[in-house]
Amino acid sequence: MADKPFRVLPRVTPENEHFWRGGRQGELRFLRCRACACYIHPPAPLCPRCLSRDVAPEAVSGRARLATYTVNHQPWYPGLDPPYVIAIVEIEEQPDVRLMTNIVNCEVDRVEIGMRVSVTFEEHEDVWIPLFEPAS
Amino acid sequence: MTEAVETEVLERRAAITGIGQSDVGRRLHRSPLALTVDACLAAIEDAGLTRADIDGVATYPGNMDTPPGFSGAGVTEVQDALRLELNWYTGGLELPAQLGSVVDACLAVACGLARHVLCFRTVWEATAQGDKGRASVMSGMGGGSYRAGGFMQWTLPFGAPSAANWIACYAQRHFHEYGTTRRQLAQIALNARKNAARNPKAIYRQPMTLEEYLAVRMISSPLCLYDCDVPADGSTAVIVSRADSTSGLRRSPIAVEAVGTAIHGRPSWDQWDDLTTMALRDAAAMMWSRTDLRPADVDVAQLYDGFSFITMAWLEALGFCGKGQSGPFVEDGSRIALDGQVPLNTNGGQLSAGRLHGYGLLHEACLQLWGEGGDRQVAGPEVAVAASGGGPLAGCLLLTHRR
Repeated sequence: MADKPFRVLPRVTPENEHFWRGGRQGELRFLRCRACACYIHPPAPLCPRCLSRDVAPEAVSGRARLATYTVNHQPWYPGLDPPYVIAIVEIEEQPDVRLMTNIVNCEVDRVEIGMRVSVTFEEHEDVWIPLFEPAS
Repeated sequence: MTEAVETEVLERRAAITGIGQSDVGRRLHRSPLALTVDACLAAIEDAGLTRADIDGVATYPGNMDTPPGFSGAGVTEVQDALRLELNWYTGGLELPAQLGSVVDACLAVACGLARHVLCFRTVWEATAQGDKGRASVMSGMGGGSYRAGGFMQWTLPFGAPSAANWIACYAQRHFHEYGTTRRQLAQIALNARKNAARNPKAIYRQPMTLEEYLAVRMISSPLCLYDCDVPADGSTAVIVSRADSTSGLRRSPIAVEAVGTAIHGRPSWDQWDDLTTMALRDAAAMMWSRTDLRPADVDVAQLYDGFSFITMAWLEALGFCGKGQSGPFVEDGSRIALDGQVPLNTNGGQLSAGRLHGYGLLHEACLQLWGEGGDRQVAGPEVAVAASGGGPLAGCLLLTHRR
């Protein structure tokens, strides 16, 4: 993938800003329940586990495990050239929190389910897109 | 986990009494409402009714301007075009998949809100995309200042705008856990094409070989072009009637034995708990919890094939094979062939007959039960399942027609 490929960007709102702009500080952030410590994604105004409304953004390690992936070959967007890897990763802190993302800095045919990856950010305008690369 | 919530299975008060379908094809260049009224009037006539008898309408997804071609007509356009006098109607997207609208109709007649409900689904995605390719009719493809919200914010920034990408992730996980192969997955597409050759209305009818399947371009691994359904223009309609209001109609009614509408996991493509199943796991389990019939009783199966892997997942969820065993089950194609254990997608499905979005499969289930499958008729089916949806969308119906 080129250095800065074309990306459709997310619409930043007060609810998702911690996620899409955490990369400015190099942090992958999710809402977390202060009562039961559950991470919440996508953002919601309450904890789905204990229903506490005391939730706030918190940084995680950025380490994750690749749950599954696909190599996309279809040229959906000018400026985003296939092939590229679309993956679903599970964050280390709580594997049922998943992200769809891209695996970068990795040969396409070296990607495999179960591999450990870590976050890296790609800055576009006012958002930082969390991508993942093989963990060192 | 899944238990029948009613001792009386109320959907059994509903029956299917007529079906209709417009022309089906690529780029018909006809107005979607024109296709819709063709299908609706055909279904009304097929049932032996007149439009004055129709007092309910149900449709999926309702009237939507975008994405182009996805919604051909809403309730109000059809009501007005046919000047229907309605006691009940519904049209919407947040349903147990496309056939959820038919389930709604069953409930409406079971509750006495309506007597004869016209259900329809119209697509005109082939004309809408013209020569610009499939991406032109997908949601959220805008460039420039467009920004993604809702669920799409979690997919579009990563160049994953299509359900092909999301379903491919499920398929890859299935390949990983169970050793499923492309040669096995191919059987869904090859079976569809074989059956489409016997369906004069199917879009792609020329023979396809395994070698051609394996050689065609990849879309999103492990899904190739032939694992993706064919955008089409067409409208399909069915009449759902109160089972006690079917005497004197043209056809012997098809009984609704049970429906499945459950979703117990998270309603999400990427947060779903088991990435080798989908919501169809829960819908299928619920359907079987509402009937004494068993998978072995099913004579013909019309299972959603927007992408071939979804059909594999339905085969497992419905219990035609064990979890993870759909690969070996379909391997040589014989079990899912017209003369096999579970004749599957007998009209060619969406993969070869065209993406009529769930309703085409229901239409075919009814045709088969009425013995009107022509060259592709299965021998004497009495029990059929029609299943729609993939990912976090799933709804299914078990239908019977005793001889």
